[in-house]
Amino acid sequence: MDKSEKLALNLSGLLLLVFFGAIMYASVAKDIDVPTCITDMDPFVTDTLFQTAPDTYELQMVARMWAFQPSVVRLPVGSTVDLYVTSQDIIHGFKIDRKNVNLMAVPGTINYMRVTFDEPGEYLFACHEFCGAAHHTMAGRFVIEERLDEPEVEGDMGL
Amino acid sequence: MTQDYTFQFSKSSKYLNATLLIIPMVLLFIGIYGGLMQTFFRAGIIQSDPFVGGDYYKGLTFHGVLNAIVFTTFFAVALGNALIPYALKKNLNTKIAWASGILMLGGSVLAAIMILVGEATVLYTFYPPMKAHPLFYVGLVLLVVGSWLASYNWVPIYLEWRKENLGKKTPLSVVGMLTTFIIWFIATLAVAVEILFMLLPWSMGLVDEINVMLARTLFWFFGHPLVYFWLLPAYVMYYVFLPKISGGKLYSDMAGRLVFMMFILFSIPVGTHHQYMDPAIGAQWKLLHGIFTFAVALPSLITAFTIAASLEYSARLRGSKGYFNWLWNQPYFDKEKWFFPYLILGLIIFIFGGIGGIVNASYQMNTIVHNTAWIPGHFHLTVAGPVLLAFLGGSLYLIGQFMNKEIRLKSWAMISPYVYTIGLFIMSYGLKVGGLKGMPRRTNTGASYANPDSTLFQPDWVFYIDLSVVGGIIMFVGIVMYLVSFFGTVFAKADPETREEGATVTFPISESLHDEEAKWLRNFKPYIIIAIILIVLSYTPVIYDVLQATYEGSLPFSPDSPVPLRD
Repeated sequence: MDKSEKLALNLSGLLLLVFFGAIMYASVAKDIDVPTCITDMDPFVTDTLFQTAPDTYELQMVARMWAFQPSVVRLPVGSTVDLYVTSQDIIHGFKIDRKNVNLMAVPGTINYMRVTFDEPGEYLFACHEFCGAAHHTMAGRFVIEERLDEPEVEGDMGL
Repeated sequence: MTQDYTFQFSKSSKYLNATLLIIPMVLLFIGIYGGLMQTFFRAGIIQSDPFVGGDYYKGLTFHGVLNAIVFTTFFAVALGNALIPYALKKNLNTKIAWASGILMLGGSVLAAIMILVGEATVLYTFYPPMKAHPLFYVGLVLLVVGSWLASYNWVPIYLEWRKENLGKKTPLSVVGMLTTFIIWFIATLAVAVEILFMLLPWSMGLVDEINVMLARTLFWFFGHPLVYFWLLPAYVMYYVFLPKISGGKLYSDMAGRLVFMMFILFSIPVGTHHQYMDPAIGAQWKLLHGIFTFAVALPSLITAFTIAASLEYSARLRGSKGYFNWLWNQPYFDKEKWFFPYLILGLIIFIFGGIGGIVNASYQMNTIVHNTAWIPGHFHLTVAGPVLLAFLGGSLYLIGQFMNKEIRLKSWAMISPYVYTIGLFIMSYGLKVGGLKGMPRRTNTGASYANPDSTLFQPDWVFYIDLSVVGGIIMFVGIVMYLVSFFGTVFAKADPETREEGATVTFPISESLHDEEAKWLRNFKPYIIIAIILIVLSYTPVIYDVLQATYEGSLPFSPDSPVPLRD
């Protein structure tokens, strides 16, 4: 192997190690991770939102053809949400705009991610996996408000 | 060392190879037409397909299946059927070669018909529990089995050659094509299990329910090595043809062999990086697949160096001096070397495709891009960039060789990849930046997010959607220019003196500048064994998690109704 070839090989390896180091730094020091395997959660077929601690909520969301239930979630600024997502029919996708949340909703399983809303505003979530003829109409939003006493949901199953 | 660079193919293999190039080219054009329509749908310019009928999602399905699965598989087989007998100077068993070609054609046409009549609007990932017509799955199986048969046909002449040439290095083109099909064979085993034991009986109603996560995981076991199956024939042309066309030598023969063996090792235990955002798979296993994905980036970085060094060498032979002059001293606009732009432009595009790929593979960074328009933006810079251009250039070269015809309209053929590349950069920029702004992939934005009358209207996305229309039109023009040259050559009258029994074929085969012994890279066996060990280690925990975490199976659904097809 000639000298320049060896140098190119070593630099390539080093570059990839630096990238990998950045991933580990984000994961360990910044606590930014990907969804993992959840087995300790009971299956749910209807959506629910309830408070678990001050400023902390648990939201169980159901995706179906062609709506998220609930489709609008109003929460006060500073809320942390433990978000559980499942599908009751086929595969859907769920990504919250401007947030590090991106979850596949797969029937027969539950997906989970925690998210905190520190800024007021509207956060769109659009279904991003093809789910049939009206896939492009399947969307919802989080509405984060400064003054809000009680969290509210719209487009739930009306229980 | 002087070598004879011609080989006489039999009349039958000549017809077969021409067929394996011409019919897929027609299917490719249907798919590309579908691609152009995608950009119109997404911008809200059309609401149903003006010629084929049906909605955006049907068009998206045939665009993906015909371009990414059918055309690519045919070309890989055609290139192997051409290069392996050529490099080993042995004829193939033509009966088996024809049987493989017929299976592949029958399967592709069957799958295409099912899509065009609207019975298989499931996109090219065909995730259950969305169900297609069983014949769609059968068509895919026939295509894959046909490609297996083609590669099975290469093994005896390879083994015979090895026996007769003990101690000699197998030609690099043969190593590359066999690598391509070793990866393809291992990868397609998983999708064969998914289709034969899960999708097919479930779609026919023999079993009620399907484990969606398991099917999805098996699909991605296949889905990522699939991209190397696309890429590797292009790599073969970069290593074997490009240095010669540029007027020089391959900088390092060993680099080429090392790259192919590394692809065997790391192409497959990486599929879960498509499932970073999935439930039911432990994050630590996702990270493991991410690490292997970084390992498989290494051979591409080595390739970037080796090919650049080969081009620099050729330019220095022509008298280039200084650091950068060699970059310009290349046959970019020499119409007698019309093949050169197909290869070099692909490599330039792949700089961006490769960087995007590393971003996607970067674990938590995938959160930002997963299933956004960034992803099709990325893979148009890979499969619809270097792969498509190399395959188009290769198809035109092969058709000229196998039909004994001089290429017609060479200047059109030479300009076409430039036009296409300009369009591709514009379209992909629109998709990628739109994706970073949250625009989802696989979504008919024209009917909602890009429609000012809709409550879902997203004004931020409109500019990027419009960019992809402009880019898409330019890409389409580039392809039409290519097809004029391709079919111009196919239908041109053969020159009387070249009308002969078989086809005498010549390929631009590069010699090596540094030609090391590299005894440790001469045998596939140890690499295949290590690859299998890596696959078992990386997939056992993933499959275990999936089976543990799935609490119920799924009934089939049609894309048109939220009510299951059975109860």
